[in-house]
Amino acid sequence: MGIIKALKLCFEYQRYDDEGNIQDTQKAVDQVDLDIAPGQFIAILGHNGSGKSTLAKHMNALLLPTEGTIIIDGMDTKEEPELWKIRQKAGMVFQNPDNQIIGTVVEEDVGFGPENIGLPTEKIWKRVDESLQKTGMTAYRSHSPNKLSGGQKQRVAIAGVMAMRPSCIILDEPTAMLDPNGRVEVLKAVHDLNRLEGVTVILITHYMEEVTDADRVFVMDSGHIVMEGTPREIFSQVEKLKEYRLDVPQVTELAHELRLSGVDIPEGILTMEELAGALCQ
Amino acid sequence: MSIELKNVTYTYSPGTTYAITALKNINLQIPEGQFLGIIGHTGSGKSTLIQHLNALIRPTEGEILYHGKNIWDEDYDRRKLRSEVGLVFQYPEHQLFENDVLSDVCFGPMNQGLSREQAEVEARKALASVGLKEKHFKKSPFELSGGQKKRTAIAGVLAMNPKYLILDEPTAGLDPRGRDEILDQIAYLHKERGISIVLVSHSMEDIAKYASRLIVMNHGEVAYDGTPREVFQNYRELEAMGLAAPKMVYIMHELSGRGLNVDVNASTVEEAKESILAALKEKKSPLQGKAVSAEKKQDPLSARSEAAAGGAAGEEQV
Repeated sequence: MGIIKALKLCFEYQRYDDEGNIQDTQKAVDQVDLDIAPGQFIAILGHNGSGKSTLAKHMNALLLPTEGTIIIDGMDTKEEPELWKIRQKAGMVFQNPDNQIIGTVVEEDVGFGPENIGLPTEKIWKRVDESLQKTGMTAYRSHSPNKLSGGQKQRVAIAGVMAMRPSCIILDEPTAMLDPNGRVEVLKAVHDLNRLEGVTVILITHYMEEVTDADRVFVMDSGHIVMEGTPREIFSQVEKLKEYRLDVPQVTELAHELRLSGVDIPEGILTMEELAGALCQ
Repeated sequence: MSIELKNVTYTYSPGTTYAITALKNINLQIPEGQFLGIIGHTGSGKSTLIQHLNALIRPTEGEILYHGKNIWDEDYDRRKLRSEVGLVFQYPEHQLFENDVLSDVCFGPMNQGLSREQAEVEARKALASVGLKEKHFKKSPFELSGGQKKRTAIAGVLAMNPKYLILDEPTAGLDPRGRDEILDQIAYLHKERGISIVLVSHSMEDIAKYASRLIVMNHGEVAYDGTPREVFQNYRELEAMGLAAPKMVYIMHELSGRGLNVDVNASTVEEAKESILAALKEKKSPLQGKAVSAEKKQDPLSARSEAAAGGAAGEEQV
Protein backbone atom coordinates (compact mmCIF):
# COMPACT_ATOMS: atom_id res chain seq x y z
CA MET A 1 0.00 0.00 0.00
CA GLY A 2 1.43 3.32 -1.05
CA ILE A 3 1.86 6.13 1.40
CA ILE A 4 0.16 8.52 -1.02
CA LYS A 5 -2.51 7.10 -3.23
CA ALA A 6 -4.72 9.16 -5.52
CA LEU A 7 -7.65 7.76 -7.46
CA LYS A 8 -9.11 9.85 -10.28
CA LEU A 9 -8.30 12.98 -8.30
CA CYS A 10 -9.84 16.19 -9.66
CA PHE A 11 -9.81 19.73 -8.39
CA GLU A 12 -11.76 22.62 -9.90
CA TYR A 13 -11.20 26.30 -9.35
CA GLN A 14 -14.19 28.55 -9.88
CA ARG A 15 -14.07 32.14 -10.99
CA TYR A 16 -16.80 34.50 -9.95
CA ASP A 17 -17.94 37.69 -11.63
CA ASP A 18 -18.89 40.88 -9.77
CA GLU A 19 -22.39 39.57 -8.94
CA GLY A 20 -21.00 36.41 -7.43
CA ASN A 21 -22.11 34.14 -10.28
CA ILE A 22 -19.78 31.43 -11.45
CA GLN A 23 -17.99 32.75 -14.51
CA ASP A 24 -16.04 29.68 -15.43
CA THR A 25 -14.51 26.64 -13.85
CA GLN A 26 -11.03 25.41 -14.45
CA LYS A 27 -9.76 21.95 -13.69
CA ALA A 28 -6.36 22.43 -12.06
CA VAL A 29 -6.01 18.73 -11.38
CA ASP A 30 -7.73 16.36 -13.75
CA GLN A 31 -8.12 12.61 -13.21
CA VAL A 32 -4.79 12.02 -11.54
CA ASP A 33 -3.87 8.53 -10.35
CA LEU A 34 -0.84 8.19 -8.11
CA ASP A 35 0.68 5.48 -6.00
CA ILE A 36 3.80 6.47 -4.12
CA ALA A 37 5.66 3.84 -2.12
CA PRO A 38 7.02 4.77 1.33
CA GLY A 39 10.62 5.96 1.38
CA GLN A 40 10.70 7.09 -2.24
CA PHE A 41 12.15 10.34 -3.49
CA ILE A 42 9.63 11.71 -5.97
CA ALA A 43 10.06 14.78 -8.15
CA ILE A 44 7.21 16.60 -9.83
CA LEU A 45 7.94 18.82 -12.83
CA GLY A 46 5.57 21.00 -14.81
CA HIS A 47 5.30 24.55 -16.10
CA ASN A 48 3.70 27.39 -14.12
CA GLY A 49 0.00 26.67 -13.93
CA SER A 50 0.28 22.97 -14.77
CA GLY A 51 -1.32 21.93 -11.48
CA LYS A 52 1.72 20.78 -9.49
CA SER A 53 1.10 22.97 -6.47
CA THR A 54 -2.61 22.20 -6.44
CA LEU A 55 -1.80 18.50 -6.47
CA ALA A 56 0.75 18.98 -3.69
CA LYS A 57 -1.75 20.81 -1.50
CA HIS A 58 -3.99 17.74 -1.66
CA MET A 59 -1.22 15.68 -0.12
CA ASN A 60 -1.70 17.23 3.30
CA ALA A 61 -5.34 18.14 2.93
CA LEU A 62 -4.82 21.88 2.45
CA LEU A 63 -7.16 21.35 -0.49
CA LEU A 64 -9.83 18.71 -0.71
CA PRO A 65 -10.61 17.00 -4.01
CA THR A 66 -13.76 18.10 -5.84
CA GLU A 67 -13.89 14.62 -7.37
CA GLY A 68 -11.96 11.44 -6.72
CA THR A 69 -10.02 10.44 -3.64
CA ILE A 70 -6.60 10.87 -2.13
CA ILE A 71 -5.44 8.59 0.64
CA ILE A 72 -2.48 9.51 2.83
CA ASP A 73 -1.03 6.65 4.84
CA GLY A 74 -4.38 4.88 4.82
CA MET A 75 -6.44 7.99 5.67
CA ASP A 76 -8.90 9.56 3.27
CA THR A 77 -8.48 13.36 3.31
CA LYS A 78 -12.24 13.76 3.03
CA GLU A 79 -12.73 12.27 6.50
CA GLU A 80 -12.66 15.35 8.67
CA PRO A 81 -11.60 13.70 11.94
CA GLU A 82 -8.42 12.50 10.19
CA LEU A 83 -7.41 15.99 9.05
CA TRP A 84 -4.95 16.79 11.85
CA LYS A 85 -3.45 13.32 11.74
CA ILE A 86 -2.92 13.67 8.00
CA ARG A 87 -1.16 16.99 8.44
CA GLN A 88 1.16 15.41 10.99
CA LYS A 89 1.93 12.57 8.60
CA ALA A 90 2.56 14.81 5.62
CA GLY A 91 4.35 18.10 6.20
CA MET A 92 4.69 20.87 3.68
CA VAL A 93 7.51 23.34 2.94
CA PHE A 94 6.80 26.30 0.67
CA GLN A 95 8.81 28.50 -1.66
CA ASN A 96 9.31 31.63 0.37
CA PRO A 97 11.22 31.02 3.59
CA ASP A 98 10.07 34.33 5.04
CA ASN A 99 6.40 33.37 4.92
CA GLN A 100 6.61 30.23 7.01
CA ILE A 101 8.73 31.14 9.99
CA ILE A 102 6.82 32.49 12.97
CA GLY A 103 9.12 32.12 15.97
CA THR A 104 11.52 34.84 17.08
CA VAL A 105 14.19 32.26 17.90
CA VAL A 106 15.01 29.23 15.74
CA GLU A 107 14.31 26.60 18.42
CA GLU A 108 11.01 28.24 19.29
CA ASP A 109 9.94 28.11 15.66
CA VAL A 110 10.83 24.42 15.38
CA GLY A 111 8.93 23.67 18.60
CA PHE A 112 5.74 25.34 17.40
CA GLY A 113 4.24 22.21 15.84
CA PRO A 114 4.81 19.80 18.72
CA GLU A 115 3.62 22.44 21.17
CA ASN A 116 0.45 22.82 19.16
CA ILE A 117 -0.40 19.16 19.49
CA GLY A 118 -0.04 19.45 23.26
CA LEU A 119 3.11 17.47 23.92
CA PRO A 120 4.71 17.84 27.36
CA THR A 121 7.65 20.26 27.50
CA GLU A 122 10.44 17.71 27.71
CA LYS A 123 9.10 15.87 24.67
CA ILE A 124 8.90 19.13 22.73
CA TRP A 125 12.56 19.84 23.51
CA LYS A 126 13.54 16.34 22.54
CA ARG A 127 11.88 16.74 19.17
CA VAL A 128 13.40 20.18 18.65
CA ASP A 129 16.86 18.80 19.40
CA GLU A 130 16.37 15.89 17.01
CA SER A 131 14.98 17.99 14.17
CA LEU A 132 17.67 20.63 14.39
CA GLN A 133 20.29 17.94 14.36
CA LYS A 134 18.77 16.20 11.33
CA THR A 135 18.80 19.41 9.32
CA GLY A 136 22.24 20.50 10.53
CA MET A 137 20.87 23.60 12.24
CA THR A 138 21.81 22.85 15.86
CA ALA A 139 24.48 25.56 15.86
CA TYR A 140 21.84 28.17 15.04
CA ARG A 141 19.23 27.13 17.60
CA SER A 142 19.30 30.36 19.57
CA HIS A 143 19.62 32.62 16.54
CA SER A 144 16.93 34.94 15.31
CA PRO A 145 15.51 33.50 12.06
CA ASN A 146 15.63 36.83 10.25
CA LYS A 147 19.42 36.90 10.54
CA LEU A 148 19.76 33.59 8.70
CA SER A 149 20.46 33.08 5.01
CA GLY A 150 17.69 31.80 2.73
CA GLY A 151 19.05 28.26 2.74
CA GLN A 152 19.27 28.26 6.53
CA LYS A 153 15.71 29.57 6.83
CA GLN A 154 14.45 26.78 4.60
CA ARG A 155 16.28 24.25 6.76
CA VAL A 156 14.55 25.73 9.81
CA ALA A 157 11.23 25.33 7.99
CA ILE A 158 12.13 21.72 7.22
CA ALA A 159 13.15 21.15 10.86
CA GLY A 160 9.76 22.53 11.90
CA VAL A 161 8.06 19.93 9.72
CA MET A 162 10.39 17.15 10.97
CA ALA A 163 9.46 17.95 14.58
CA MET A 164 6.02 16.55 13.78
CA ARG A 165 7.73 13.24 12.86
CA PRO A 166 6.06 13.05 9.48
CA SER A 167 6.39 10.04 7.23
CA CYS A 168 6.20 12.26 4.19
CA ILE A 169 7.45 15.73 3.38
CA ILE A 170 6.26 17.79 0.44
CA LEU A 171 8.44 20.65 -0.79
CA ASP A 172 6.93 23.14 -3.23
CA GLU A 173 9.85 24.84 -5.02
CA PRO A 174 11.89 25.12 -1.83
CA THR A 175 14.96 26.46 -3.65
CA ALA A 176 13.40 28.96 -6.07
CA MET A 177 14.52 31.97 -4.07
CA LEU A 178 17.91 30.74 -2.91
CA ASP A 179 21.44 31.42 -4.07
CA PRO A 180 23.54 28.48 -5.35
CA ASN A 181 24.90 27.61 -1.91
CA GLY A 182 21.47 27.76 -0.33
CA ARG A 183 20.15 25.41 -3.01
CA VAL A 184 22.88 22.88 -2.33
CA GLU A 185 22.31 23.09 1.45
CA VAL A 186 18.57 22.52 1.24
CA LEU A 187 18.83 19.65 -1.23
CA LYS A 188 21.43 17.93 0.89
CA ALA A 189 19.19 18.22 3.94
CA VAL A 190 16.25 16.77 2.00
CA HIS A 191 18.29 13.90 0.58
CA ASP A 192 19.66 13.09 4.04
CA LEU A 193 16.15 12.91 5.49
CA ASN A 194 15.13 10.58 2.69
CA ARG A 195 18.16 8.33 2.93
CA LEU A 196 18.83 8.27 6.67
CA GLU A 197 15.36 8.72 8.12
CA GLY A 198 13.38 6.99 5.39
CA VAL A 199 11.07 9.98 4.95
CA THR A 200 9.12 9.96 1.69
CA VAL A 201 9.97 13.11 -0.26
CA ILE A 202 7.85 14.88 -2.87
CA LEU A 203 9.94 17.63 -4.44
CA ILE A 204 8.38 20.14 -6.80
CA THR A 205 10.96 22.15 -8.69
CA HIS A 206 11.81 24.11 -11.82
CA TYR A 207 15.48 23.21 -11.58
CA MET A 208 16.07 20.14 -13.69
CA GLU A 209 19.45 19.51 -12.04
CA GLU A 210 17.71 18.87 -8.72
CA VAL A 211 15.78 15.95 -10.14
CA THR A 212 18.56 13.71 -11.42
CA ASP A 213 18.84 11.75 -8.12
CA ALA A 214 15.10 11.15 -7.67
CA ASP A 215 13.65 7.64 -7.71
CA ARG A 216 10.74 8.67 -9.92
CA VAL A 217 9.78 11.78 -11.84
CA PHE A 218 6.26 12.89 -12.73
CA VAL A 219 5.63 15.55 -15.34
CA MET A 220 2.38 17.50 -15.19
CA ASP A 221 0.63 19.46 -17.90
CA SER A 222 -2.85 21.04 -17.70
CA GLY A 223 -3.77 19.05 -14.63
CA HIS A 224 -2.72 15.66 -15.97
CA ILE A 225 0.30 13.52 -15.30
CA VAL A 226 1.72 13.27 -18.81
CA MET A 227 5.07 11.57 -18.21
CA GLU A 228 6.31 9.25 -15.51
CA GLY A 229 9.58 7.40 -15.10
CA THR A 230 13.12 7.42 -13.80
CA PRO A 231 15.10 10.63 -14.36
CA ARG A 232 16.96 8.91 -17.19
CA GLU A 233 13.75 7.83 -18.90
CA ILE A 234 12.30 11.32 -18.57
CA PHE A 235 15.39 13.29 -19.59
CA SER A 236 15.99 11.09 -22.64
CA GLN A 237 12.98 12.83 -24.19
CA VAL A 238 14.44 16.30 -24.67
CA GLU A 239 12.04 17.50 -27.36
CA LYS A 240 8.94 16.25 -25.55
CA LEU A 241 9.98 18.03 -22.34
CA LYS A 242 10.48 21.26 -24.25
CA GLU A 243 6.92 20.96 -25.56
CA TYR A 244 5.78 20.93 -21.93
CA ARG A 245 7.75 24.18 -21.36
CA LEU A 246 10.39 22.27 -19.43
CA ASP A 247 14.03 21.63 -19.99
CA VAL A 248 16.69 19.03 -19.27
CA PRO A 249 19.80 19.42 -17.10
CA GLN A 250 22.53 21.28 -19.00
CA VAL A 251 24.73 18.19 -19.14
CA THR A 252 21.89 16.25 -20.76
CA GLU A 253 21.28 19.08 -23.19
CA LEU A 254 24.94 19.22 -24.17
CA ALA A 255 24.97 15.44 -24.70
CA HIS A 256 21.79 15.72 -26.76
CA GLU A 257 23.27 18.49 -28.91
CA LEU A 258 26.46 16.49 -29.44
CA ARG A 259 24.38 13.48 -30.47
CA LEU A 260 22.51 15.62 -33.00
CA SER A 261 25.89 16.68 -34.39
CA GLY A 262 26.78 13.06 -34.96
CA VAL A 263 28.80 12.20 -31.86
CA ASP A 264 28.15 8.63 -30.76
CA ILE A 265 27.03 8.88 -27.16
CA PRO A 266 23.90 7.53 -25.49
CA GLU A 267 20.76 9.65 -24.97
CA GLY A 268 19.73 10.56 -21.43
CA ILE A 269 23.14 11.29 -19.93
CA LEU A 270 22.54 12.79 -16.51
CA THR A 271 25.89 13.56 -14.93
CA MET A 272 29.21 15.10 -15.80
CA GLU A 273 30.95 11.77 -15.07
CA GLU A 274 28.71 9.92 -17.53
CA LEU A 275 29.38 12.45 -20.24
CA ALA A 276 33.12 12.48 -19.63
CA GLY A 277 33.09 8.67 -19.59
CA ALA A 278 31.26 8.52 -22.90
CA LEU A 279 33.49 11.09 -24.60
CA CYS A 280 36.91 10.12 -23.28
CA GLN A 281 37.49 6.42 -23.66
CA MET B 1 26.77 58.62 -20.94
CA SER B 2 26.82 56.35 -17.93
CA ILE B 3 25.92 55.68 -14.33
CA GLU B 4 28.98 56.06 -12.17
CA LEU B 5 29.54 55.17 -8.54
CA LYS B 6 32.47 56.89 -6.84
CA ASN B 7 33.71 55.59 -3.48
CA VAL B 8 30.19 54.59 -2.50
CA THR B 9 29.72 53.22 1.01
CA TYR B 10 26.36 52.38 2.52
CA THR B 11 25.70 51.57 6.14
CA TYR B 12 22.34 50.39 7.46
CA SER B 13 21.41 51.91 10.84
CA PRO B 14 24.61 53.95 11.12
CA GLY B 15 25.66 55.05 14.58
CA THR B 16 23.74 52.26 16.32
CA THR B 17 24.87 48.86 17.55
CA TYR B 18 22.99 47.35 14.59
CA ALA B 19 25.10 49.21 12.04
CA ILE B 20 25.92 46.98 9.07
CA THR B 21 28.05 48.21 6.21
CA ALA B 22 26.40 46.73 3.11
CA LEU B 23 28.60 48.46 0.53
CA LYS B 24 32.24 49.32 1.00
CA ASN B 25 33.89 51.93 -1.16
CA ILE B 26 32.40 50.85 -4.48
CA ASN B 27 33.80 52.34 -7.68
CA LEU B 28 31.87 51.29 -10.74
CA GLN B 29 30.96 52.69 -14.10
CA ILE B 30 28.05 51.35 -16.13
CA PRO B 31 28.24 52.86 -19.63
CA GLU B 32 25.10 53.08 -21.71
CA GLY B 33 24.50 50.09 -23.94
CA GLN B 34 25.92 47.45 -21.62
CA PHE B 35 24.32 44.17 -20.57
CA LEU B 36 25.71 43.87 -17.08
CA GLY B 37 25.17 40.81 -14.89
CA ILE B 38 25.54 40.96 -11.10
CA ILE B 39 25.97 37.87 -8.95
CA GLY B 40 26.61 37.41 -5.26
CA HIS B 41 25.29 35.30 -2.42
CA THR B 42 22.36 36.43 -0.27
CA GLY B 43 23.50 39.42 1.75
CA SER B 44 26.47 40.29 -0.46
CA GLY B 45 25.13 43.76 -1.20
CA LYS B 46 23.63 43.27 -4.70
CA SER B 47 20.19 44.62 -3.86
CA THR B 48 21.60 47.53 -1.88
CA LEU B 49 23.81 48.34 -4.85
CA ILE B 50 21.03 48.42 -7.43
CA GLN B 51 18.79 50.54 -5.22
CA HIS B 52 21.49 53.21 -5.39
CA LEU B 53 21.32 53.32 -9.16
CA ASN B 54 17.98 55.12 -9.28
CA ALA B 55 18.28 57.01 -6.00
CA LEU B 56 16.00 54.80 -3.93
CA ILE B 57 18.62 54.94 -1.22
CA ARG B 58 21.25 57.55 -0.58
CA PRO B 59 24.87 56.52 -0.09
CA THR B 60 26.29 57.08 3.39
CA GLU B 61 29.52 58.18 1.72
CA GLY B 62 30.63 58.78 -1.85
CA GLU B 63 28.68 59.98 -4.85
CA ILE B 64 26.62 58.66 -7.73
CA LEU B 65 26.79 60.41 -11.08
CA TYR B 66 24.26 60.02 -13.87
CA HIS B 67 25.61 61.40 -17.13
CA GLY B 68 28.24 63.19 -15.08
CA LYS B 69 25.86 64.92 -12.66
CA ASN B 70 25.65 64.09 -8.98
CA ILE B 71 22.16 62.69 -8.44
CA TRP B 72 22.09 63.85 -4.83
CA ASP B 73 22.73 67.50 -5.68
CA GLU B 74 20.05 69.66 -4.18
CA ASP B 75 18.50 70.77 -7.44
CA TYR B 76 18.82 67.38 -9.21
CA ASP B 77 15.59 66.04 -10.74
CA ARG B 78 15.48 62.57 -9.21
CA ARG B 79 11.96 62.01 -10.44
CA LYS B 80 13.24 62.18 -14.00
CA LEU B 81 16.16 59.93 -13.08
CA ARG B 82 13.76 57.28 -11.82
CA SER B 83 11.92 57.21 -15.11
CA GLU B 84 15.18 56.92 -17.03
CA VAL B 85 16.59 54.25 -14.75
CA GLY B 86 13.80 51.72 -14.23
CA LEU B 87 13.90 49.08 -11.53
CA VAL B 88 11.98 45.80 -11.54
CA PHE B 89 11.97 44.12 -8.17
CA GLN B 90 12.22 40.43 -7.48
CA TYR B 91 8.58 39.95 -6.53
CA PRO B 92 6.49 41.51 -9.28
CA GLU B 93 3.27 40.84 -7.40
CA HIS B 94 4.46 43.43 -4.90
CA GLN B 95 4.62 46.15 -7.48
CA LEU B 96 1.28 45.59 -9.20
CA PHE B 97 -1.66 47.36 -7.63
CA GLU B 98 -4.15 48.65 -10.22
CA ASN B 99 -7.51 47.07 -11.08
CA ASP B 100 -6.41 45.85 -14.48
CA VAL B 101 -3.20 45.21 -16.34
CA LEU B 102 -3.46 48.13 -18.76
CA SER B 103 -4.12 50.67 -15.98
CA ASP B 104 -1.22 49.29 -14.03
CA VAL B 105 1.16 49.82 -16.92
CA CYS B 106 -0.33 53.31 -17.55
CA PHE B 107 0.54 54.41 -14.03
CA GLY B 108 4.18 55.24 -14.79
CA PRO B 109 3.68 57.31 -17.94
CA MET B 110 0.70 59.14 -16.37
CA ASN B 111 2.94 59.97 -13.45
CA GLN B 112 5.35 61.45 -15.97
CA GLY B 113 2.57 63.82 -16.98
CA LEU B 114 0.99 62.05 -19.96
CA SER B 115 -2.79 61.96 -20.41
CA ARG B 116 -4.55 58.62 -20.07
CA GLU B 117 -4.78 58.34 -23.89
CA GLN B 118 -1.09 59.05 -24.41
CA ALA B 119 -0.22 56.76 -21.51
CA GLU B 120 -2.24 53.96 -23.08
CA VAL B 121 -0.27 54.28 -26.29
CA GLU B 122 2.96 53.83 -24.32
CA ALA B 123 1.44 51.06 -22.21
CA ARG B 124 0.30 49.09 -25.26
CA LYS B 125 3.73 49.41 -26.83
CA ALA B 126 5.38 48.25 -23.60
CA LEU B 127 3.00 45.30 -23.18
CA ALA B 128 3.60 44.29 -26.78
CA SER B 129 7.35 44.37 -26.32
CA VAL B 130 7.14 41.98 -23.35
CA GLY B 131 4.85 39.71 -25.34
CA LEU B 132 1.69 40.06 -23.25
CA LYS B 133 -1.42 39.57 -25.36
CA GLU B 134 -4.34 42.00 -25.65
CA LYS B 135 -6.75 39.49 -24.07
CA HIS B 136 -5.00 39.96 -20.71
CA PHE B 137 -5.17 43.76 -20.69
CA LYS B 138 -8.48 43.98 -18.83
CA LYS B 139 -7.69 41.22 -16.35
CA SER B 140 -6.81 41.94 -12.76
CA PRO B 141 -3.04 41.58 -12.31
CA PHE B 142 -3.78 38.98 -9.64
CA GLU B 143 -5.42 36.66 -12.17
CA LEU B 144 -2.17 36.36 -14.10
CA SER B 145 0.40 33.59 -13.84
CA GLY B 146 3.79 34.27 -12.29
CA GLY B 147 5.43 34.84 -15.65
CA GLN B 148 2.67 37.17 -16.83
CA LYS B 149 2.91 39.19 -13.61
CA LYS B 150 6.63 39.58 -14.13
CA ARG B 151 6.06 40.75 -17.68
CA THR B 152 3.42 43.22 -16.55
CA ALA B 153 5.86 44.61 -13.98
CA ILE B 154 8.57 44.93 -16.63
CA ALA B 155 6.10 46.58 -19.01
CA GLY B 156 5.18 49.05 -16.26
CA VAL B 157 8.79 50.19 -16.17
CA LEU B 158 9.29 50.04 -19.96
CA ALA B 159 6.26 52.27 -20.55
CA MET B 160 8.30 55.13 -19.11
CA ASN B 161 10.88 54.60 -21.87
CA PRO B 162 13.84 54.10 -19.57
CA LYS B 163 17.43 54.17 -20.77
CA TYR B 164 18.45 51.67 -18.12
CA LEU B 165 16.46 48.63 -17.05
CA ILE B 166 17.52 47.04 -13.78
CA LEU B 167 16.07 43.65 -12.92
CA ASP B 168 16.47 41.90 -9.58
CA GLU B 169 16.15 38.17 -10.27
CA PRO B 170 13.36 38.47 -12.80
CA THR B 171 13.10 34.72 -13.31
CA ALA B 172 12.85 33.35 -9.75
CA GLY B 173 10.05 30.79 -9.61
CA LEU B 174 9.42 30.64 -13.36
CA ASP B 175 9.34 27.42 -15.35
CA PRO B 176 12.24 26.86 -17.76
CA ARG B 177 10.38 28.14 -20.81
CA GLY B 178 9.10 31.18 -18.92
CA ARG B 179 12.67 31.84 -17.83
CA ASP B 180 13.93 31.73 -21.42
CA GLU B 181 11.06 33.87 -22.70
CA ILE B 182 11.64 36.67 -20.19
CA LEU B 183 15.41 36.65 -20.71
CA ASP B 184 15.08 36.52 -24.50
CA GLN B 185 12.77 39.51 -24.34
CA ILE B 186 15.23 41.39 -22.16
CA ALA B 187 18.01 40.55 -24.62
CA TYR B 188 15.77 41.78 -27.44
CA LEU B 189 15.12 45.10 -25.66
CA HIS B 190 18.85 45.47 -25.22
CA LYS B 191 19.66 44.70 -28.81
CA GLU B 192 16.78 46.34 -30.67
CA ARG B 193 15.95 49.29 -28.47
CA GLY B 194 19.42 49.89 -27.11
CA ILE B 195 18.27 49.79 -23.50
CA SER B 196 21.10 49.19 -21.04
CA ILE B 197 20.45 46.19 -18.82
CA VAL B 198 21.55 45.40 -15.30
CA LEU B 199 20.53 41.85 -14.40
CA VAL B 200 20.86 40.44 -10.90
CA SER B 201 20.65 36.67 -10.96
CA HIS B 202 21.38 33.51 -9.01
CA SER B 203 21.61 31.55 -12.23
CA MET B 204 25.20 31.41 -13.45
CA GLU B 205 23.96 29.73 -16.62
CA ASP B 206 21.70 32.68 -17.48
CA ILE B 207 24.47 35.20 -16.81
CA ALA B 208 26.88 33.23 -18.99
CA LYS B 209 24.35 33.18 -21.81
CA TYR B 210 23.20 36.80 -21.79
CA ALA B 211 25.56 39.22 -20.05
CA SER B 212 28.53 40.86 -21.74
CA ARG B 213 30.04 41.99 -18.45
CA LEU B 214 29.80 40.42 -15.03
CA ILE B 215 30.51 41.79 -11.60
CA VAL B 216 30.67 39.62 -8.50
CA MET B 217 29.67 41.12 -5.17
CA ASN B 218 31.13 39.71 -1.98
CA HIS B 219 30.83 41.24 1.52
CA GLY B 220 29.84 44.58 0.07
CA GLU B 221 32.74 44.81 -2.35
CA VAL B 222 33.24 44.14 -6.03
CA ALA B 223 35.26 40.92 -6.02
CA TYR B 224 35.45 40.45 -9.79
CA ASP B 225 34.64 42.57 -12.82
CA GLY B 226 35.09 41.25 -16.34
CA THR B 227 33.46 39.23 -19.09
CA PRO B 228 31.58 36.16 -17.82
CA ARG B 229 34.25 33.96 -19.43
CA GLU B 230 37.01 35.70 -17.53
CA VAL B 231 35.18 35.79 -14.23
CA PHE B 232 34.07 32.16 -14.32
CA GLN B 233 37.69 31.04 -14.65
CA ASN B 234 37.92 31.78 -10.94
CA TYR B 235 35.36 29.12 -10.14
CA ARG B 236 37.20 27.86 -7.05
CA GLU B 237 37.19 31.36 -5.57
CA LEU B 238 33.53 31.81 -6.54
CA GLU B 239 32.66 28.60 -4.70
CA ALA B 240 34.36 29.94 -1.60
CA MET B 241 32.00 32.94 -1.88
CA GLY B 242 28.93 30.69 -1.93
CA LEU B 243 28.62 30.92 -5.69
CA ALA B 244 29.53 28.60 -8.54
CA ALA B 245 30.44 28.64 -12.19
CA PRO B 246 27.98 27.52 -14.87
CA LYS B 247 27.76 23.71 -15.19
CA MET B 248 29.57 23.86 -18.52
CA VAL B 249 32.77 25.20 -16.94
CA TYR B 250 32.93 22.15 -14.66
CA ILE B 251 32.26 19.78 -17.53
CA MET B 252 34.95 21.35 -19.67
CA HIS B 253 37.48 21.09 -16.84
CA GLU B 254 36.57 17.44 -16.33
CA LEU B 255 36.98 16.70 -20.04
CA SER B 256 40.23 18.59 -20.21
CA GLY B 257 41.47 16.66 -17.17
CA ARG B 258 40.73 13.45 -19.03
CA GLY B 259 42.86 14.50 -21.94
CA LEU B 260 40.36 16.01 -24.35
CA ASN B 261 41.73 19.24 -25.77
CA VAL B 262 38.72 21.50 -25.05
CA ASP B 263 38.37 25.17 -24.17
CA VAL B 264 38.03 25.10 -20.37
CA ASN B 265 36.43 28.54 -20.31
CA ALA B 266 33.42 27.66 -22.46
CA SER B 267 30.49 28.62 -20.25
CA THR B 268 27.39 28.04 -22.40
CA VAL B 269 26.03 24.84 -23.94
CA GLU B 270 26.64 26.30 -27.39
CA GLU B 271 30.30 27.14 -26.72
CA ALA B 272 30.88 23.79 -25.04
CA LYS B 273 29.37 21.92 -27.97
CA GLU B 274 31.54 23.70 -30.54
CA SER B 275 34.65 23.18 -28.48
CA ILE B 276 33.97 19.47 -27.89
CA LEU B 277 33.19 18.88 -31.56
CA ALA B 278 36.45 20.58 -32.55
CA ALA B 279 38.41 18.59 -29.95
CA LEU B 280 36.88 15.31 -31.11
CA LYS B 281 37.67 16.10 -34.70
CA GLU B 282 41.24 16.90 -33.81
CA LYS B 283 41.51 13.68 -31.83
CA LYS B 284 39.92 11.69 -34.61
CA SER B 285 41.87 12.93 -37.61
CA PRO B 286 45.27 11.40 -36.75
CA LEU B 287 43.44 8.16 -35.88
CA GLN B 288 41.51 8.23 -39.11
CA GLY B 289 44.83 8.63 -40.91
CA LYS B 290 46.00 5.43 -39.28
CA ALA B 291 42.73 3.67 -39.93
CA VAL B 292 43.40 3.82 -43.64
CA SER B 293 46.52 1.72 -43.29
CA ALA B 294 45.56 -0.39 -40.27
CA GLU B 295 42.73 -2.84 -39.74
CA LYS B 296 39.55 -0.97 -38.90
CA LYS B 297 38.96 -3.10 -35.80
CA GLN B 298 42.17 -1.84 -34.28
CA ASP B 299 41.04 1.73 -34.41
CA PRO B 300 39.87 2.25 -30.83
CA LEU B 301 37.64 5.15 -31.69
CA SER B 302 35.63 3.59 -34.45
CA ALA B 303 35.37 0.33 -32.50
CA ARG B 304 33.92 2.32 -29.64
CA SER B 305 31.48 4.16 -31.80
CA GLU B 306 30.23 0.92 -33.32
CA ALA B 307 29.66 -0.45 -29.85
CA ALA B 308 27.89 2.72 -28.82
CA ALA B 309 25.69 2.71 -31.88
CA GLY B 310 24.82 -0.95 -31.42
CA GLY B 311 24.55 -1.65 -27.72
CA ALA B 312 25.27 1.21 -25.37
CA ALA B 313 22.70 3.60 -26.75
CA GLY B 314 19.94 1.06 -26.31
CA GLU B 315 21.00 0.06 -22.81
CA GLU B 316 21.34 3.59 -21.57
CA GLN B 317 17.88 4.54 -22.68
CA VAL B 318 16.41 1.79 -20.44
